[in-house]
Amino acid sequence: MVVKGLLYTKDHEWAKIEGDIAIIGITDHAQNQLGELTFVELPDVGKEIKQKGELAVVESSKAASDVYSPVTGKVIEANTKLEKNPEIVNDDCYGAGWICKIQITDKGSTQNLIDAAQYEIYLKGL
Amino acid sequence: MPFIANTAEQQKQMLAEMGLTMEKLFSDIPKGLLCGQLNLPDGLPEQEVREVLAGLAGKNSIDLTLFLGGGFYDHFIPAAVYSIISRSEFYTAYTPYQPEVSQGTLQAIYEYQSTICRLTDMEVANASIYDGGTAMYEAMMMALRITGRNKVIIDTSVNPIYRVMIESYTRNLKIELVQTHCATGLVDREQILAKLDNDTAAVILQNPNFFGCVDDFSDIAEAAHKKGALLVVSCYPISLGILKTPSSMGADIVTGEGQSLGMPMSFGGPYLGFMATRMEHVRKMPGRIIGRTKDRNGTDCFVMTLQAREQHIRREKATSNICSNEALCAMTALVYLSLLGKEGLRETAQLCADKASYAYSRLTAIPGVKSHFKAKWFFNEFVLDLPKDAADVIGKLIEKGFAAGFPLSRYYPDMKNCILVCVTEKRTKQQIGMFAEALESVL
Repeated sequence: MVVKGLLYTKDHEWAKIEGDIAIIGITDHAQNQLGELTFVELPDVGKEIKQKGELAVVESSKAASDVYSPVTGKVIEANTKLEKNPEIVNDDCYGAGWICKIQITDKGSTQNLIDAAQYEIYLKGL
Repeated sequence: MPFIANTAEQQKQMLAEMGLTMEKLFSDIPKGLLCGQLNLPDGLPEQEVREVLAGLAGKNSIDLTLFLGGGFYDHFIPAAVYSIISRSEFYTAYTPYQPEVSQGTLQAIYEYQSTICRLTDMEVANASIYDGGTAMYEAMMMALRITGRNKVIIDTSVNPIYRVMIESYTRNLKIELVQTHCATGLVDREQILAKLDNDTAAVILQNPNFFGCVDDFSDIAEAAHKKGALLVVSCYPISLGILKTPSSMGADIVTGEGQSLGMPMSFGGPYLGFMATRMEHVRKMPGRIIGRTKDRNGTDCFVMTLQAREQHIRREKATSNICSNEALCAMTALVYLSLLGKEGLRETAQLCADKASYAYSRLTAIPGVKSHFKAKWFFNEFVLDLPKDAADVIGKLIEKGFAAGFPLSRYYPDMKNCILVCVTEKRTKQQIGMFAEALESVL
């Protein structure tokens, strides 16, 4: 499942751009590959992060994967609901299962993200 | 796959079948790395081999009365320890790879973890690691991961062998190792506070320290926490029978060498590193963790848990890529502690302290022998100033049947005539008296 209007990375993160704020999460494909999440290591608020930098860690019973930042900026909020209930990511990865919000400091970093149609094509090629 | 020996004739046949020579078969290996012909003597009959080996073994000084500690300790080991751990069900060096079918081993490790938590008063322990030194290294790396910082303060009163290990492991990492100098037997608070800043990941200390002195690090824990740093404390598990626990001092990670818990002193191992921390840090802790849960029928069972931190899943980003479980040694510690029980451990620790105290008064009564430090409190080891070179004195006492202690100048160049003397519950009043006489006679 891919949602229109979001931007994607080939590492299976999504970003919803609202002005200079990006809401970040992992895609349906990513949560499906991982299986039921048991833990999400959230970034600290205030953390400065470059595009493709290690932002968070999502852990299931069979794997732990890094979540790379789709944009360059500063973390302004983390979804602390995931600390107690990481499975929200499995249930609603594009909605309630968002991971954090980033204040974009380098607008140019959104330019190389792909749109929903391109991501869908990319997934078919995997 | 079993090891299959083959004869020269079979090798020739196999090479002919492949159309290769031995040189061509190993041509990918650089010449300098091939061992060529080994310089080994001809085979001997088993009986003669035994005689040769017995002759070599006979050159060791055995049956010495031990007053030597320095990180490894001569405690009494009840015979039941070996009887229990040598049962074939337990006799494995490792965590089983199919944990579900090895419930007994998993339960034993789970109970070992529980005893380490009880002993250190911490919330979670791992299934063990190699030894006290690597445990301290792992704790340091864990503190770096937790804090995201790269500076570590370590005091010279920490076991010098552990410090050498840490320096060796971290030589090529971007870690700033800052050393504080212990001159009085106790950690110098002023030095620690001067070096503690917002870049500090951890302060690493030991209690009792390498000189045997007992300290309370509560104030240092408080100061470290104020700067967002962690306190790592290495401890001597037997001493916890009577001493304040690292947890109650505010330590965040507790490690130590578990040899004293039922393992004989045997030329460097295998020994046991133990490690415990608070639940909030569990995901940053290396090593295996066995957990208790319920199966689908609601029956208690044991599983390996939080494995996503580990190297077989997390690969290069694992919490550690050099650690392993020492299952049989952990089992030994568990059996030893179970046999002693709470009271037994307390009594053992008290006996160590009392006998060391008696030995201290006997030895410092010898003309020319003085206590090196003014610090009053020690557990079962203490430092003496001798009127002569400590290594020479130790050499002479070996001839008299005593392993007298550790010559501190080996790691502390300014402590030339200093000897570290250790007394465990195994030493009798008579042995201590004979040791005092022997020492006096060689000075």
